[in-house]
Amino acid sequence: MTEMTLDPRQLGTGGLFAAAQPDLASHEAAYGKRPSGWSRNALLAELDASGLTGRGGAGFPAWRKLAATSAGRAVVIANGAEGEPVSRKDAALLRQAPHLVLDGLVTVGEAIGASTLFLYATADSLPFVAQALAERRDRPKVKLVEAPEAFISGEASAVVNALETGIALPRDKPLRLGKSGYEGRPTLLHNVETLAHLALVARFGADWFRSAGTADDPGTRLYSLSGDVPTEWVVEAPGGATIREVLRLGGVDASSLAAVLVGGFHGAWVPAEGFDLPLTGRGLARYGATPGAGVLMALARGRCGLEASAGIVRYLAESSARQCGPCMFGLPAMASVVERIAAGERTPWLASEAERLAGLVTGRGACRHPDGSARFVHSTLAVFRDEVQTHLSGMCTAHRGWTH
Amino acid sequence: MDALSRAQLELHIDFARCDGRGLCTELLPELLVRDDWGYPVGRGGRDVRVPEPLATAAQDAVDLCPLQALMLRRVTRA
Repeated sequence: MTEMTLDPRQLGTGGLFAAAQPDLASHEAAYGKRPSGWSRNALLAELDASGLTGRGGAGFPAWRKLAATSAGRAVVIANGAEGEPVSRKDAALLRQAPHLVLDGLVTVGEAIGASTLFLYATADSLPFVAQALAERRDRPKVKLVEAPEAFISGEASAVVNALETGIALPRDKPLRLGKSGYEGRPTLLHNVETLAHLALVARFGADWFRSAGTADDPGTRLYSLSGDVPTEWVVEAPGGATIREVLRLGGVDASSLAAVLVGGFHGAWVPAEGFDLPLTGRGLARYGATPGAGVLMALARGRCGLEASAGIVRYLAESSARQCGPCMFGLPAMASVVERIAAGERTPWLASEAERLAGLVTGRGACRHPDGSARFVHSTLAVFRDEVQTHLSGMCTAHRGWTH
Repeated sequence: MDALSRAQLELHIDFARCDGRGLCTELLPELLVRDDWGYPVGRGGRDVRVPEPLATAAQDAVDLCPLQALMLRRVTRA
């Protein structure tokens, strides 16, 4: 089969965007037909060998998620609800390569004998998926469900809740989705980029997947570049690439930047001295950053990191589903303290108060929104600690003078 | 010893249900205090380890929570 030996990377466009157009003919010209008949055990072994990890944020190994999904009337969900306001990579993928995502969804659905397949994405993306579904010969029964444009709408339990009840709010979940998810059935939920990679692993194998990236972070990743960049761009980069390399792919000169927010609003800042470290959890451990959902938000030299961060913490507070008390009250309290620091209020205990509130909300919600928001605050106070001290004495180095 | 008896007793707080009435913090002052807004807080976020001598008090807290926001369970942690 010539399709199986075709290597999309030789087309020079990376792995995921090798098709010239989003239609089925272009898709099959680039990648060949979808190989059917993967058994659960064979796919499990191939995914394990590939080292593919989730691209939605948590970075959980794809094979372990599959292994944790019980048999019987299983449900597979392709999650394309990015939530993150500066993330656009999933929308880009659904627009330009919908068949790759559908291939992944159908392949893993076949392997676990799933009875229901869902694709959950925002209203902007669904028409492209619907068009792709209509032209497929395998006519997969995929239910398309619209995700609201809200930060927490893509959280796993919020997705299941949205599919069941139409309300995209997180739920307390004593059981794992793999055991009891959608309507109590075993549920496998993957980010759409993860499914697109899975489709390629199913075609070309684990060794091919590992031919890009590093042993620690095999394959490629999509990054959404935003913030102080000439063009907001989605780029595909090999795993283990440094921040500087990924920025360069997007036409950004890293030397113009003071820091980059890595992973998303639940992520962490990496200052300029970390730009040559690999974009992996291990590489960025000293900053507590992981590639997460692939967000890289740039902060230009000369801009105040605390001002930028205060806006994000306020956004996170306003994104609370207001279901859990510690999140509903704690996040706005935390945001107010960070805003007071950013504004240059000369109150010495503000930094320790922000740390205390971040510690207080951690682990105390039905979902990880308080944890992620707290992580961002810890990161802000650590990476911009000199700036915090300057602000607490009434000055801001970015504004070159007194804030008041 | 079987796996169940070796497993740690844990009090799970469903913060989506909890309304901060505070009954649990009165029944289990050894494990729970109230945070700035009146919600229970213990070591370990929403999963609070329960030593065996406090198992009965913890069960009382579960049974008496007016919002049914507490659950007592045994978990094995790696």
